[in-house]
Amino acid sequence: MLGIPVLVTVATLTFLIMHVVPGGPFDTEKILPPEIIANIEAKYHLDKPLPLQYLLYMKQLLQGDLGPSYKYLGRDVSDIIRDTFPVSFMLGLCAVAIVLGLGIPAGMVAAYWKNSLLDRSILLLAAMGISVPSFVLAAMSVWIFSHHWHLLPPALWEGPRHMILPAFALGAGFAGYVARLTRTTVLDILASDYIRTARAKGLTEPVIMFKHVLKNSIYPIVSVMGPLAAGLVTGSFVIEYIFSIPGMGRFFITAVTNRDYPLIMGVTLVYAVLIVIANMIVDMVYGWLDPRVNFD
Amino acid sequence: MMNRFSLASKLSAGFLLIVSATAVLAPWVAPYSYETQDTLKTLAFPSFEHWMGTDRLGRDLLSRMIYGARVSLFIGVFTTLFALLIGTIYGAISGYVGGRTDNLMMRLVDVVFALPDLLMIILITVLMGRGVAGVFIALTLVSWVTVARLVRGEVLRIKEFPYVQAARALGASPTRILVREIFPNILSILVVTMSFRVPVAILAESTLSFIGLGIAPPFSSWGSLANDGWTAIKFYPHLILFPSSAIFLTILSFNFLGDGLREVLDPRTSESTA
Repeated sequence: MLGIPVLVTVATLTFLIMHVVPGGPFDTEKILPPEIIANIEAKYHLDKPLPLQYLLYMKQLLQGDLGPSYKYLGRDVSDIIRDTFPVSFMLGLCAVAIVLGLGIPAGMVAAYWKNSLLDRSILLLAAMGISVPSFVLAAMSVWIFSHHWHLLPPALWEGPRHMILPAFALGAGFAGYVARLTRTTVLDILASDYIRTARAKGLTEPVIMFKHVLKNSIYPIVSVMGPLAAGLVTGSFVIEYIFSIPGMGRFFITAVTNRDYPLIMGVTLVYAVLIVIANMIVDMVYGWLDPRVNFD
Repeated sequence: MMNRFSLASKLSAGFLLIVSATAVLAPWVAPYSYETQDTLKTLAFPSFEHWMGTDRLGRDLLSRMIYGARVSLFIGVFTTLFALLIGTIYGAISGYVGGRTDNLMMRLVDVVFALPDLLMIILITVLMGRGVAGVFIALTLVSWVTVARLVRGEVLRIKEFPYVQAARALGASPTRILVREIFPNILSILVVTMSFRVPVAILAESTLSFIGLGIAPPFSSWGSLANDGWTAIKFYPHLILFPSSAIFLTILSFNFLGDGLREVLDPRTSESTA
């Protein structure tokens, strides 16, 4: 079980990095009297030695308390995450829908009509999808669909229409991966003996494709869902930044520029937990789909 | 040999060659310096005078793109080289020594591998400070693990080959075996890996710079140029169109080149992933 060491490493690394960086969260243009600085630092335990701060933070963490935000006064990091997490999660779900909804059918079609013009176009599109940075795709789609054709809103998060462009920009690249992967898998399966048997006994092509091929091509796709989740998580804060979506990612970027230590650490940890959980689910689903897989 | 490369990979290699040559020769190729301001022509659209137009300070975009290519390519290529160096040494030792050492060394790799890349890169750049050095170190630190895993697997496989056993029986030292017997056999895989890792590094750098956490002024990379253009996308789309296309085409070319190299140098893996 790799989850726990990963989480502890993430927590420790973020803690260390945040406290080694030059510049504190209370550096302002205005010079504050030393007494006030001392008071603030005492309030947030910043005057204590580093190991003690670390222990205090870890203790709070175990109690599920991420501490107060240094910049959004009066708000706890947990509150901020509670408000922003659903937005990011929804964006992630939409992106997964795009990845699987575009990737799997495209891969199946490409494999079925192997070497046709359609196959070649899908392969080219997939290669382009893999190579295009999400922010480039986002910028281009905003320019075309929002500024040029005025079809979709260029920013914010106020309903289904606002979700289309961000989800597409986030998911398209991974859809390319899934399409390639599906194509390779389906090609392997189509060449296998049991498909020849199925054809020989006169099953129709749709039955073969959907009942026999699709079912067996799921395994490799499930196994890339872990890295996919990680990619979507890190991809999301770029997309949230571009589309001004009030999710965790945008708060993360602002927190980094503000040196809001607790908020940075809180968001980082939530991301790490998410990825660990996603990997666990993938392992479980994999074991459930294929009983030959066992975990020690 | 040349005929075994696909057209796409040949074209890609040509494109990358031109881009790199332009980047290296920037001071001689660029029509203007990257900071010369043509204050009468701010935010100009592409023209004969300024092929890619000018930005809001009247600086020639083409020249800034050429100088930006230096930063983007430098970071992409050299972080990958460093990651290859560290990863190869680490993976080779881990795989060759084996046993408990291998187990321990690979646990570290597993943990680093499981950390979300871009997140870690952002945190490390915060630590190192924005700029070329910070981005460089951050990228190297997260990307060596992929190489380490790959090399370890190869070394584990190759070290059992009879010719390696023979070298050992003849009394060759582990260093000699690794360098003279095993390394030449993984070189082709390393070349293929490199062509797939460079675009990943370029992507990471440009993404960081685009969200304003990467390369800091006075330097600019394609990512930070795209960020400059992003705020003006509605009325001056060319400012983001050119840097974006440069990033996209470069990454695409590296991927095509990688596919081509893999087919020629490493047919074993290309069959399963083609």
